[in-house]
Amino acid sequence: MFVELLNGRIIKLIRFEIMKSINANGQQHALAALARSVSIGLMFLVSPATALAAYDVNIAAPASPISAQIYGLHMYILYVCAAIFVVVFALMFYSIFKFRRSNGSKPDVNFHESTLIEIIWTLIPFVILLFMAIPATKTVLDMKDTTNPDMTVKVTGYQWGWRYDYAAEEVGFYSSLSTPWSQIGQPGEKATEEKGKDYLLEVDNPMVVPVGKRVRLLVTSNDVIHGWYVPQLGVNQYGIPGFVKDVWFKADKVGTFKGQCSQICGKLHGYMPITVVVKTEADYAKWVAEAKARWGTAPVAAVAAVPAAVAAPEPGKPLTLVDLKTAGEKVYAANCVACHQASGKGMPPTFPALSGSKVVLGPTDGQINILLNGKPGTAMASFARLSDFEVAAVMTYTKNSWDNSTGKFVTPDDVKAKRKS
Amino acid sequence: MASATIHDHANDHSHDHAHHGPGPWTRIFTTTNHKDIGSMYLWFSLLMFFVGGAMALLIRAELFTPGLQVVQPEVFNSLTTVHALVMIFGAVMPAFVGFANWLIPLQIGAADMAFPRMNNWSFWLMIPATVLLMASFFVPGGAAASGWTLYPPLSTQGGIGVDMTIIAIHILGASSIMGSINIITTILNMRAPGMTLMRMPMFVWTWLITAYLIIAVMPVLAGCITMLLTDRHFGTAFFNAAGGGDPTMFMHIFWFFGHPEVYILILPAFGIMSQIIPTFSRKPLFGYASMVYATASIAILSFIVWGHHMFTVGMPAAGQLFFMYATMLIAVPTGVKIFNWIATMWRGSITFETPMLFAIGFLCMFTLGGFSGLVLSIVPVDITLHNTYYVVAHFHYVLFPGAIWALMAGVYFWLPKWTGRMYNETLGKWHFWLSAISFNVTFFPQHFLGLAGMPRRIPDYALQFAEWNMISTIGAFALGFSQLLFVYNVFSCIRSGEKAKERQWDSADSLEWTHLPSPVPYHTFEMPPDLRGAKAVH
Repeated sequence: MFVELLNGRIIKLIRFEIMKSINANGQQHALAALARSVSIGLMFLVSPATALAAYDVNIAAPASPISAQIYGLHMYILYVCAAIFVVVFALMFYSIFKFRRSNGSKPDVNFHESTLIEIIWTLIPFVILLFMAIPATKTVLDMKDTTNPDMTVKVTGYQWGWRYDYAAEEVGFYSSLSTPWSQIGQPGEKATEEKGKDYLLEVDNPMVVPVGKRVRLLVTSNDVIHGWYVPQLGVNQYGIPGFVKDVWFKADKVGTFKGQCSQICGKLHGYMPITVVVKTEADYAKWVAEAKARWGTAPVAAVAAVPAAVAAPEPGKPLTLVDLKTAGEKVYAANCVACHQASGKGMPPTFPALSGSKVVLGPTDGQINILLNGKPGTAMASFARLSDFEVAAVMTYTKNSWDNSTGKFVTPDDVKAKRKS
Repeated sequence: MASATIHDHANDHSHDHAHHGPGPWTRIFTTTNHKDIGSMYLWFSLLMFFVGGAMALLIRAELFTPGLQVVQPEVFNSLTTVHALVMIFGAVMPAFVGFANWLIPLQIGAADMAFPRMNNWSFWLMIPATVLLMASFFVPGGAAASGWTLYPPLSTQGGIGVDMTIIAIHILGASSIMGSINIITTILNMRAPGMTLMRMPMFVWTWLITAYLIIAVMPVLAGCITMLLTDRHFGTAFFNAAGGGDPTMFMHIFWFFGHPEVYILILPAFGIMSQIIPTFSRKPLFGYASMVYATASIAILSFIVWGHHMFTVGMPAAGQLFFMYATMLIAVPTGVKIFNWIATMWRGSITFETPMLFAIGFLCMFTLGGFSGLVLSIVPVDITLHNTYYVVAHFHYVLFPGAIWALMAGVYFWLPKWTGRMYNETLGKWHFWLSAISFNVTFFPQHFLGLAGMPRRIPDYALQFAEWNMISTIGAFALGFSQLLFVYNVFSCIRSGEKAKERQWDSADSLEWTHLPSPVPYHTFEMPPDLRGAKAVH
């Protein structure tokens, strides 16, 4: 396993370390390099093989004014703590070595009380804390100042993905994990595909923002509490269902910034990454135009108008079971497979089997109801955000796969009728 | 003092075991003896420590490499949830109550706890609670999987396992409250003549303060999870925005309990430290009075810092600043305690038996955990570290080498008194050094993971986190298996340890060492010792 992980990385890492030391001219860099070499040295003690793989020991490079302040603040506090550490541990180990009985030390039983000393070591930490609190307060006030945004994006957490609604641009779309399950694998079932570079950190539709603009986020949630966390932009904000909280960032540079959901939100909490792509203003304008065409924007509230990820057939063309089933397989792979499994056998009792399921084989209305409204008290969430066509397709797929061969199919009109009622 | 030892029934063992009750089984169900109940608490918590530890190892096994290999994500979430609940409510709290039962009557010169029958009841309540908690893994929907904080609406989604967890916490809470009532009443009413409050050993002091904390916050937790229960089943909407409630309110109420709770887990540990460090430094505790005041200050401050668990909910700047300043303030009394312990060693005559090794380990590691706590108290830094592995590293630094090492130090320290036999010193030292090294291999890299942005409570992770996670898992298995040495050492001590001396540690000066033989007889201090005019015993 070690060899597998290290394969091909060692050379890259050596280069990485050399580059780091070349850059190590500032004091901050020198200390960081020292910390790194100490930790690498420790790693050699644990296992010589892992030593070369040791990296990422600090907060990622900041990409916004706030995250730069956070980075600076963290380094400052760390150095202060390091200084206190040296003093306290020096005193502690001095007394441990000097006053050991084997060294002939006799106890001074009268040295056990001193009001003056108590006052001194109450006051000194207090003063040190003051010097920490002052810069921290400044950053807090900067972080909380969400006034004068250049643009506003509403971020909604879902189990398990994100939705971004650009108010002024009239664009809204879902963003979810694009790493295929074949890279993730299952207990007892090895991943069939090699893990990619951005394993678990890649999404189908990233959030896109222009560089150098104050972006205000209105963060909320559709179901449970989620956390919109992109460290390099200095944002970590809970999305709380029923409430909207605002937060802001300004990206300093063009690039791609990654993050993950930071608050446990159920089964796939570990599988709802965030990607923010920062573009130049011209590129951003281009993206907005494309996005408008793709996710043509209707009012967000009109759920049925949310555009489909799986394209609906041309109007007028009669739907066939095969077409619906083919489209449904894609919808299933994107939305259902994590719980109900590719085999349709689910993971009972939490995630019931669809193969042979009474609900799937039973009346259409019952199944549509569960898909649109979820099943309260269980992990089954509402999938009302899917289009009528997608719901019809995925239902058709479940009714005609595995052990199920009903020969029945569901039309988008059936779904539409049920959605209205 | 040693020369003035008063043997309580020294040569009269008529009160010893043998003739007590009909048989061992009836005895464990019906005993009201504080020593029996203390031992039962300790055995129970040792068992739960390994149950919780096994869950931790399953978690670490899943995190050994990226991808899903060992458990499904849902089961992983249940494991993290129940690991925390078992360790907090099943291992650490009962273990400290076990110590309290054993030691408080001995250290203040009382015959037993104030309410012996309630004492029996508070122990036995824990069994159905634990059975409920563990059985929740096997019901439809599985065990609670929302993290031990049980935040709604996620916790309203789960199945009957969540209800079982809620009931289990209710029962455990009731047990803790009864235990605390017993402890407070015993300490305030049953001290021997001359055992004034400011002469009590620090362990008794810290437990007195802890018991008040428990009485103050356990009912808050009970209210909190009751509201959760009625939201789940009876159509209330305390935490549901659609009905006019607010999920954030749950967090406020929960953490109003939750923050004092972490001090409930650590204050008695401070007490054990304050007895072991002076003993092996052969000097009285430095700054006894300021240690008492510092403990009380920590307890009081612990009620006004809960918001630091919630910096990312979007509270106003004034709220964030208040909770940041209050949290930073806790560093002051905590620092005072650390400095006093160091000053106790200063100009001492130190030896390094196993309890002292664990105590010094506690000092070092707890200080490191204090530093990461200080880093996390800084709101902007917390924003970027909230719910990452940095937080996991932080609280394991204060709880494992903090609470658990204090417990182990305490067991090694008092085993000779409890059993009349000595543990194996060499094995004890092996246990310490293996734990110290493997603990740091497990948890130090988690700081790096958190700084690099790895969220906690995820079963699978991006590739840049792979190396540190692998190292952490290797450390965790070493740490877990090292603890078997402890079990072996305790068993072999009881079965075949060398005979311990009455005052095994030459400068231990609390009453159990100065007034009672080893092992302590079944009944002690039926007549309280008269301590008026005697030298201070701390």
